[in-house]
Amino acid sequence: MIVANRKDIRELKGIIAPYKRVLIVGCGTCVTVCLAGGEREVAIIGSSLRMALRLAGKTDVQVDECTVERQCDRAFFDPLTGTVGNYDAILSLGCGVGVQELAQRFPNVAVLPGLNTQFMGTLEEQGVWAERCVGCGSCRLAEFGSVCPIARCAKRLFNGPCGGSREGRCEVNRDLDCAWHLIYERMKALGQLDRLAEIAPIMDWSRGIDGGPRRVVREDQQITIPCAGNQVRTTTLSR
Amino acid sequence: MGNNGSEPVILAFCCHYCAYAAADLAGSLRLSYPPNVRVLRVPCTGKVEVTHVLRAFEWGVDGVIVAGCLEGGCHFLEGNLRARKRVERTRQLLDEIGLGRERLEMFNLSSAEGPRFAEIVREMTERLRRLGPSPLRCEGVLQ
Repeated sequence: MIVANRKDIRELKGIIAPYKRVLIVGCGTCVTVCLAGGEREVAIIGSSLRMALRLAGKTDVQVDECTVERQCDRAFFDPLTGTVGNYDAILSLGCGVGVQELAQRFPNVAVLPGLNTQFMGTLEEQGVWAERCVGCGSCRLAEFGSVCPIARCAKRLFNGPCGGSREGRCEVNRDLDCAWHLIYERMKALGQLDRLAEIAPIMDWSRGIDGGPRRVVREDQQITIPCAGNQVRTTTLSR
Repeated sequence: MGNNGSEPVILAFCCHYCAYAAADLAGSLRLSYPPNVRVLRVPCTGKVEVTHVLRAFEWGVDGVIVAGCLEGGCHFLEGNLRARKRVERTRQLLDEIGLGRERLEMFNLSSAEGPRFAEIVREMTERLRRLGPSPLRCEGVLQ
């Protein structure tokens, strides 16, 4: 899931300062699960902002709340279409994708981020979320016993540990497991320690964010519209 | 219950198994405590959500008490421990909002502590008198 956390109420108050009618929009997927931007958090931030604004003497600012099923897909924005026109700004409690999708769908309304999007990760224990994937575009988990050295090694090493770890803990941060300790233990359990003797090929970083914004195109999933003159036009699914 | 505006209004979320019974006992013992507390019975303080407390402040109460069982004595094992963490998070939010964390407090007591309940209400009332009325208090909303 995408993991995010909320911005400070004082920062949010500053972000919405130029606007008089603000709609807080939550997201019912990842950020609900990581307790940052679901229906409950929308209520908490809505209530907090209304109080903070009244304390600042801004009694004429209207702050309303709603939550959509999913912000990263415009197909779920239909419930908003009738109401967004009543507002100057949307404060999105979705991840960065949600903020940008809302902005694209509603070009005449300011769309503002209410969360700081952190990473793709998992619930490590109750109340603790940890990064597991950086979306490098070229997954090599098969080589490393399903433990990612990019997302989980502080030094992103591909060919063994740095030598600084102690008792399975990372020297950069003692709260973190040493990814290479985990890789070693996992490969040992799988009986594949010999594979670690191979030199890992150089990573193709151009498939990651370093190669610029990425797209995935599935031509078989694109909608083909027949046109006059036996020509065909291809378009992606959109609303 | 009306309020002439001079006394702080307190909302007390009281656990059915301890604080609510303690408040009842305080009454049976004819103990006197400030009448400006509104007792709201909950099945466990673990039932109290951050939004419940924030809404109370938004509606204009001066202070909120969350009163649960003694630590280790929760009828639902750890509801009061969860409530304590939630209260601490809400206190942080109250600081960010600008209301101040002192307006919210969690207490632990047993059902046999009627005098302690009266003391808690007196203690909180004194604190809120010192802090002054909530700047969010609306005329008539707490009648």
